[in-house]
Amino acid sequence: MKNIVLIFAGVAAVLLTAAMLLTAGWTSPPIQTVQGGFRGLSIGQLSTKESRHVLQLANTLPDPIDPAEAGGKKATDVYKNVQVLTDLTEAQFNRVMLGLAAWVGGEQGCNYCHNPENLAEDKPYTKIVSRSMLKMTRHINKDWSHVIKSGVTCYTCHRGNPVPANIWFKGAPPKSGGFAATNDGFGHPNAFNGSTGLGEDPFSGYLDAKEPIRVQSTQALPVNFGSSIQDATRSYGLMMSLSTSLGVNCTFCHNSRAFSSWEQASPQRVTAWHGIQMVRDLNINYMNPLLAQWPPNRLGPTGDGPKINCATCHQGASKPLLGVSLAKDWPELGGGAAH
Amino acid sequence: MSVYENVFTQVQIRPTSPEEGVGDSSHQRERIGGTTFSYLLGFIGNAKIGPVYLGTLGVFSLISGFFAFEIIGLNMLASVHWNPIQFVRQLPWLALEPPKAEYGLKILPPLAEGGWWLIAGFFLTVSVLLWWVRMYRRATTLGLGTHAAWAFASAIWLYLVLGFIRPLLMGHWSEAVPFGIFPHLDWTAAFSLRYGNLFYNPFHMLSIAFLYGSALLFAMHGATILSVGRYGGEREVEQILYRGTASERAALFWRWTMGFNATMESIHRWAWWFAVLTPLTGGIGILLTGTVVDNWYLWGVQHGIAPSYPHVFPPIVDPAVSGAPQ
Repeated sequence: MKNIVLIFAGVAAVLLTAAMLLTAGWTSPPIQTVQGGFRGLSIGQLSTKESRHVLQLANTLPDPIDPAEAGGKKATDVYKNVQVLTDLTEAQFNRVMLGLAAWVGGEQGCNYCHNPENLAEDKPYTKIVSRSMLKMTRHINKDWSHVIKSGVTCYTCHRGNPVPANIWFKGAPPKSGGFAATNDGFGHPNAFNGSTGLGEDPFSGYLDAKEPIRVQSTQALPVNFGSSIQDATRSYGLMMSLSTSLGVNCTFCHNSRAFSSWEQASPQRVTAWHGIQMVRDLNINYMNPLLAQWPPNRLGPTGDGPKINCATCHQGASKPLLGVSLAKDWPELGGGAAH
Repeated sequence: MSVYENVFTQVQIRPTSPEEGVGDSSHQRERIGGTTFSYLLGFIGNAKIGPVYLGTLGVFSLISGFFAFEIIGLNMLASVHWNPIQFVRQLPWLALEPPKAEYGLKILPPLAEGGWWLIAGFFLTVSVLLWWVRMYRRATTLGLGTHAAWAFASAIWLYLVLGFIRPLLMGHWSEAVPFGIFPHLDWTAAFSLRYGNLFYNPFHMLSIAFLYGSALLFAMHGATILSVGRYGGEREVEQILYRGTASERAALFWRWTMGFNATMESIHRWAWWFAVLTPLTGGIGILLTGTVVDNWYLWGVQHGIAPSYPHVFPPIVDPAVSGAPQ
């Protein structure tokens, strides 16, 4: 009896150990820590050889397209129905179209946004969307300090896909029907909330409106009932999504002893703050107004259109495309980075 | 020759008729099941199983606890649309959340928006309190002191502070802890984030010290007694009065290594108080959070317990305040 028990326990231990070792999700050492804070405080960023390699592969650059020759006719004199790129020459215009076909068109190329019979026609719907996206790209490059050093092109988000890999919709209504608890969407892990239970949809209100993200009080003693725990949990969920989107720890921006303290934070926190403001601007002024254009298969579970979050551009890197500026080669897409 | 083995008890006591324990015949009718023996459990403890005394309090405590368990479990199951596979897959994350802040201290908000949480909390609390009374009464019936009951009361104190007393003081059920494995841990992290880092809360510090201290004391005491087992050192209570060589050797070991030793009696008081003080101080720390201190880090700065470090980053300011351009 005793021997049977021992054999059984031994087999169970071996099987459990094997299951544990062979389960996906391990990070193989060595883990490299880059210390950012004062000595002894770490404030470190972690990476492994594998994670750096994966990031490198995920951020391959598109084939360059030769610069447009100077001079020539205005695009508006050559093509009909040009509404956004009115300042470009024909050669520049064609260059942007080539870029779009490669970066956004996917397998369909030009035809993803154009009717090949009549390129000037405002159909399919993607033509109207792409116009708005071109305006948005120029607006980002021209007006937003968040991207001042690198700028953006369509490729920054699209990476060859008609729909960028990282977009978000408002969370689906709770699956619990009747009088069962809805839990405000807490308790279900997904890719957005960093596989935590911190809210299925960490973005609504924060990135498509201007709900306050800050939850810590600014004085030691209470004055009134401030942010609720649920507010803190939602804000925490948003921060988890930022962390996942950028592939960084909390301490990339914050000193975790005092998350709200700007005086102890890193300069990246200012950049991130502008990034959040930028995403809000883009969702409110560019993505939401496109609602009427989307066909039903592009809508989210509650009937809203696709929206932008940090991952849309960053895609796991603290600097999109690992800091390589494509925009500097694309004066057609505007912005200070072009100069 | 038999050798004293103190990893597993190799000798299992198995008398022909099991010892029925103390208590007169009036208790017999409330005993469930008789006494039996388990060979496997004999490896890690007493091979004798039972008799179990359940009694009225035990029955009602279990029923009440079952209600709470069912309410929590069924709501979690509903939250994955009654899908058993998703229930198993997401179980560690599934939650039953307290009402939102706008419901304040409303006794029964809509069931879907926190009502179930309050009902589950009520039944769980009834269950725990009945179990406490049961522990107290079983101890006195056996002629024991009530140390176990009071230690349990310390844990109940922390539980009540988290789920009842502090939410009452804050005026919002939303401040209370959700049910769920990760959700209650997420609550802990969110609580610390909201209230400016609980590590600067002195009662949190005390609670951690007692918690880790409990583990340390438990390891030291267990090791000490096992190591003098070969001299009969496991007869600790007897050796409070009649020390004998096991007790003397154990004491000398600690005086040699750290200059001081607890006694066969005092070590158990050390252990009991460390364990009891862990939730007791922790509960005080929670009770003070949000009620009298809103940001523990800033409080720590004001009271000189949060050191400052040289800046390694160039100075930055809050862009929301400085009105920085886009």
